[in-house]
Amino acid sequence: MSDPRVRPVGPYPISQGGWHEGGSSKAYVTNDWRLEKPVVDLEKCVGCLYCWVYCPEPAIDLLDRAGKGPSKVRIDYDHCKGCGICQQVCPPKAIKMVPEEEEVANNGSI
Amino acid sequence: MEGNSKLSQFQPVKSIFEINREERMAPGHRACAGCGPMIAVRQILQSLDVKPVVISATGCVEVTTSTYPDSAWLVPWAHVAFENSAAVASGVEAAMHALKVRGELKEERPVIALAGDGGTFDIGLQALSGALERGHRMLYVCYDNEAYMNTGIQRSSATPFGAWTTTSPVGKEWPGKAEIKKDIMGIVVAHGTPYAATASISHWKDLMTKVRKAVSQNGPTFLHVYAPCNRGWRFEPKDTVEVAKRAVETRFFPLYEVENGRYRITVPVAKPRPLEDFLSLQGRFSHLLKPENSETLKELKSIVEERWSKINAAASVQAQV
Amino acid sequence: MAQFESVQTRKSLLTGDEAVAHAVRQSNVDLVAAYPITPQTIIVERIADFAASGAFTGQFVPVESEHSAMSACIGGALAGARAFTATASQGLALMHEMLYAASGLRLPISMAIANRALNSPLNIHNDHTDVMGSIDSGWIQLFAENAEEAYDRVIQSFRIAEAVNLPVAVNLDGFTLTHSTEPVEMLSDEAVRGFVGRPPKRDSLMDEAPKSFGLMSLPDSYQFFKEDQSRATTGSGVTISQVEGEYVKLSGRDHGALKIFGSGSKVMMVMLGSYAGTARTTARQMKNGGEQVGVISLGWLRPFPERQFLDALEGVETLMIMDRSVSYGAPAGPLASDVMSLLYRYGIKRKVIAVTYGLGGRGFLEEDAMRLFRYAEKSGPSFESFFFYGGE
Repeated sequence: MSDPRVRPVGPYPISQGGWHEGGSSKAYVTNDWRLEKPVVDLEKCVGCLYCWVYCPEPAIDLLDRAGKGPSKVRIDYDHCKGCGICQQVCPPKAIKMVPEEEEVANNGSI
Repeated sequence: MEGNSKLSQFQPVKSIFEINREERMAPGHRACAGCGPMIAVRQILQSLDVKPVVISATGCVEVTTSTYPDSAWLVPWAHVAFENSAAVASGVEAAMHALKVRGELKEERPVIALAGDGGTFDIGLQALSGALERGHRMLYVCYDNEAYMNTGIQRSSATPFGAWTTTSPVGKEWPGKAEIKKDIMGIVVAHGTPYAATASISHWKDLMTKVRKAVSQNGPTFLHVYAPCNRGWRFEPKDTVEVAKRAVETRFFPLYEVENGRYRITVPVAKPRPLEDFLSLQGRFSHLLKPENSETLKELKSIVEERWSKINAAASVQAQV
Repeated sequence: MAQFESVQTRKSLLTGDEAVAHAVRQSNVDLVAAYPITPQTIIVERIADFAASGAFTGQFVPVESEHSAMSACIGGALAGARAFTATASQGLALMHEMLYAASGLRLPISMAIANRALNSPLNIHNDHTDVMGSIDSGWIQLFAENAEEAYDRVIQSFRIAEAVNLPVAVNLDGFTLTHSTEPVEMLSDEAVRGFVGRPPKRDSLMDEAPKSFGLMSLPDSYQFFKEDQSRATTGSGVTISQVEGEYVKLSGRDHGALKIFGSGSKVMMVMLGSYAGTARTTARQMKNGGEQVGVISLGWLRPFPERQFLDALEGVETLMIMDRSVSYGAPAGPLASDVMSLLYRYGIKRKVIAVTYGLGGRGFLEEDAMRLFRYAEKSGPSFESFFFYGGE
């Protein structure tokens, strides 16, 4: 038996007072939360940003992050939880929800 | 306090394309799929070009975004407790000012206190009142999902009349919640707060413009954001925005602002949809649509109409002056 | 008002509360957030006076409750500022939740506690019930015997807190110290400002790269945060001694972890706070008459000064431990329980008499000290080792 006074090695370092650099949650993947996944039809997408502005994650990546005009999007499949809001709010109906198992042409998985 | 002159210039949001595209929240947080409050947080933070300090009260947004060592916040952020986000934010604001005076801080950041309806209407009301009275330059945001969702859908004083929650269940004796929603805007406005507004996640442009206007004020401001919870209200995750939209379109949740005491309805609803359009999407109101509860539904409708009339009257009177 | 600004470098007549307010004024404090409560009120009133006249250069935030006072201090400290508050009794109880937040977040915040009894029944007078209810909240707890010591310890508290990243409370007895006028030799503003400096740079909400504070910790990490915090508190004694040592060089005043009178006496009375002076006067008289009695007055309670206390036990047969609060249903009062567990852990056997006294402002005069010393001296097989002492 090992010395009971020795502290076990935890899964990560312990900071002073429990602070952390912001944005670290990105390493945490939530893709197994969903039953359906959104697929963007880039032909129909007009770049209006509505899906981005209503996404709770955000799991909508803007193809033109630096610009000031319309930007087409792609889904961050590592983090999308499959809620389907983007499909609901998309004005040109360029997003459809398909079963998670379905093989889809990759429209920009990151 | 005039810490940051850039903040004082208010620019309404004219187009979605001018919104800051640098993400202020990282994905990987543990909020439920289709979370309304998280939509609110993203819209609020994306509306500003500067990075505010956010002080979260305990609640859904706080616990789901901050599981050590994961933080979803790409702005300076802190959580201390449930009832004191306004007080902690007061300390941050005063400290920034002290450090600025000493020449140790170049520019003050906007301070946003962020709490749910429980943390605002109930347990945090005293701290909010104190901060409003003292006049700290801060934006207090209440994301309202109309119950204690983080602990399992218990009623708060923001829960609407007639709604089912786990502590206002529906039975022979109870119609769901028997009391009407507290008028938090009235309480805030009574403090003489320079700017207070309601907003809904469904109306992003209205919400973002209000955030910008609030942050430009040299004093305390308040934003009451309607943020549906699909788990607690019993609807499909995909419908979060639709439910919020119908709340506005049925006059259930009026969108207005009060600037230096002057009321203005920012999203007029000339022809409201029937209230049933809002209720029928949600399991928490399903009992109200049954014939045996028609009296309760009638009462809820009159509460909604009365609330709208009151705000409308305040806005109309001032429009004439 | 004016008199408080012109007394900076000479011996002044001040109440304990005024002395604390001056210490805060001189210590480059950025934020004072406080709510009035007897017998702390003079502290906040004087700081408000100093703010009104420009003598206090930080921000004064008159909050609506003690809970918000500590919350605002936490916010200020998270922004990298030097924060101070003062409270007592019900106020300390109301901010109880936030005491744990301040220490758990490892924030350097200083606080003066004007010790007072707790409801019910309502009582505004002095005992240690308030601080003993918060003794395990992770704050460094220091005790002053007189106004000058309160002044000194408040100045030191900023340096200690910022060096070990833990909050520090300085306790001073309500009314006995807070409202009694005593001679206090104040240091010059320059000397104090030089001593406390400005807070060292720490991770804060003002940093360019966004940082998150107060994250939620699951069972995989919580205990380790608490273990680190516990080690930091236990180990803070070294830093406290260093700061005290530097202060001695500046002022010539050495308070230390504990004060011993009558080292090695057969009977030692163990005390906290202002009544130690009374016991010491009595012990001096009795010693002059050939009796073997002395006093240990603790200046630190958290961290408990283990080494210094054990060193003081040489030649001692009986410890009479004087508690000014009750731990209902416990084997002894909180101070006595601390001492007894320390003795047991080190395998040290001493006769212990645990006395509860002085609750709600009940007095303690030299004759009381003498009665108790005499009881301890005569303690034979039939003596009672845990009782309330209420005077004649």
